[in-house]
Amino acid sequence: MSKNGYKNWQEKTLIPYIKKNPTRKEKFHTSSYIDIKDLYTENDVSDYEQNLGYPGQYPFTRGPYPTMYRGQHWTMRQYAGFGTAKESNERYKYLLKQGQTGLSVAFDLPTQIGYDSDSPMSEGEVGKVGVAIDTIDDMETLFKDIPLDKVSTSMTINATAFILLSMYIVVGKKQGVEKKLLRGTIQNDILKEYIARGTYIYPPKPSMRIITDIFDYCAKEVPKWNTISISGYHIREAGSTAVQEVAFTLADGIEYVKSAIEKGLNVDDFAGRLSFFFNAHNDILEEVAKFRAARRIWAKIMKERFNAKNEKSQMLRFHTQTGGSTLTAQQPENNIIRVTLQALAAVLGGTQSLHTNSMDEALALPTEKSVRIALRTQQIIAYESGVANVIDPLGGSYYIEHLTDTIEQKAWEYINKIDELGGMVAAIEQGFVQKEIQESAYHYQMDIENKERIIVGVNSFQIEEEPPKDLLKVNQQVSIEQIKKLQQIKSQRDNQKVLKSLHLLKDTIKSNDNVMPAVIECVENYATLQEIADTLRQEFGEYKESVVI
Amino acid sequence: MAIRILIAKPGLDGHDRGAKFVARALQERGYEVIYTGIRQTPKQIAIAAVQEDVDFVGLSLLSGAHNELFPKVVEELHNAGVSDIVVFGGGVIPQSDIEFLKSKGIKAIFGPGTSIKTIVDFIENETKSRNSKIG
Repeated sequence: MSKNGYKNWQEKTLIPYIKKNPTRKEKFHTSSYIDIKDLYTENDVSDYEQNLGYPGQYPFTRGPYPTMYRGQHWTMRQYAGFGTAKESNERYKYLLKQGQTGLSVAFDLPTQIGYDSDSPMSEGEVGKVGVAIDTIDDMETLFKDIPLDKVSTSMTINATAFILLSMYIVVGKKQGVEKKLLRGTIQNDILKEYIARGTYIYPPKPSMRIITDIFDYCAKEVPKWNTISISGYHIREAGSTAVQEVAFTLADGIEYVKSAIEKGLNVDDFAGRLSFFFNAHNDILEEVAKFRAARRIWAKIMKERFNAKNEKSQMLRFHTQTGGSTLTAQQPENNIIRVTLQALAAVLGGTQSLHTNSMDEALALPTEKSVRIALRTQQIIAYESGVANVIDPLGGSYYIEHLTDTIEQKAWEYINKIDELGGMVAAIEQGFVQKEIQESAYHYQMDIENKERIIVGVNSFQIEEEPPKDLLKVNQQVSIEQIKKLQQIKSQRDNQKVLKSLHLLKDTIKSNDNVMPAVIECVENYATLQEIADTLRQEFGEYKESVVI
Repeated sequence: MAIRILIAKPGLDGHDRGAKFVARALQERGYEVIYTGIRQTPKQIAIAAVQEDVDFVGLSLLSGAHNELFPKVVEELHNAGVSDIVVFGGGVIPQSDIEFLKSKGIKAIFGPGTSIKTIVDFIENETKSRNSKIG
């Protein structure tokens, strides 16, 4: 096929046809406002060997592993947790029985922000968006009868990740499981908390120190642990485009790698344990291209910028969650279809693990039934759809390859801009990233308001409907039970030991030593989450966001 | 005189996409809008509302703590001696909680998918009925 072929088709066939049969719109674009031509051909794609390569080989565009889902399916990992540790423990055991292959823990907001359940700041929030953890005792209950050497556990925890990881290590110890056998992930991505998610505590600089302390400690002591999950998910949920999601996430990644190297770590000692977390929205083909572009950009960053030699350091592995913000409260059953499309995009994009949202999540936490449907959606894709039988099935599609190239190029523009601003911490402090996302979010929502963008059941195809029944309600007693238990622990523990270990932690913070061993000792002595977090608050102070609308 | 509106995020929830959108969309329609930022206690919100001399307080919460925190804001406003500020809310709030919230003095709840026009209509109607009471 020649360049002229396309031109001939346009002139002889397409244009005369459109004159009589106009297209639906004059211009088309992806969900993220990337312009789309009518048709893509050979002329639109770049060199195969150089840009795509092969699965398991640099630049990993087609996948991080040589066999992908022919080897094993992605890990099906539903994010869950609410109320007390006991209730959450029951939900985990239920999910494992239903064929889920990994755990994913949701913590309540006080746990994420370093407040105990009895703090005035925790009022109303205890046990709401996740499980409440105050001491090692709660953590033991959370993993009761779940052998930590048999499961991999992902924990969505950031500012207090160092405390929750310490608790996990201590639970392992109590179960007789060595640190080197523990498998899992902590999110530990504070930069996106400043950008989009909001559960920060300390200012960026000391936060980066704690994060690199964790990298260092785990490289030596907990070698199978993924020490960070650099997350675009929340950036997208805050309203970014797909391009911004990739660009800002990878720019966060650059900042973490830079900090660790500055601390004196060798890039190949820690980079293989970095993992990523992306969103999947409805525009399937754009999403597939996004995942492929992200892998290629990261490989280039690690190889060319940071001179990583080990292939594991260059390969981007990621978890995906379907897009919470795309779910509608109207006609909630329709969300099952949205989730199916998004999950398919994640699988076609080569995800390593996947959480599928439940249909009722625009209204409340999901019920057991709706979570089961969400998990079944993954199982149907894995076992019935056939897409898992071949590697990167969309690779070579003219459109997909062109879109992959376009997203890569646009993401580089952002990454370069952030470099010019002095890196991600500087870009956040200047409000640049937040402002870019806010603009996109506003634009997106106005398009819905103006019906430029159709959301089925919301601004079109509406019906009169009964309010949904059978929503999950978090037990109102959680907070009372949790506070009672906390007081009991405080009265039973050896307070001398608690004070001594908190004191040691304080000294460690002031020195340049790694904080992890001191935190583990605090946890073992039943210091509370807030007692530990406050010890650091006193030294580091708290971050204050600059608000712009 | 322009209508003044405080958009606030009570509790520990960091999901501020909706709050920021509503704040900006109302601003572009000519209202004077102040946004508190995240992690405000009910007391801080009441103080801000009084200091800024607002006519409306719009609360946004996606963490499920609305039944505890929304009524607290109304209570704190009363404690501050204010009775003429209209409080409304939005976020992930099940239909079954709306009646309770209204009984606690929250004038309206706008769930996911609400168009900005609905909120503007609410503000205009409330303002009209208040002015007619005064007039």
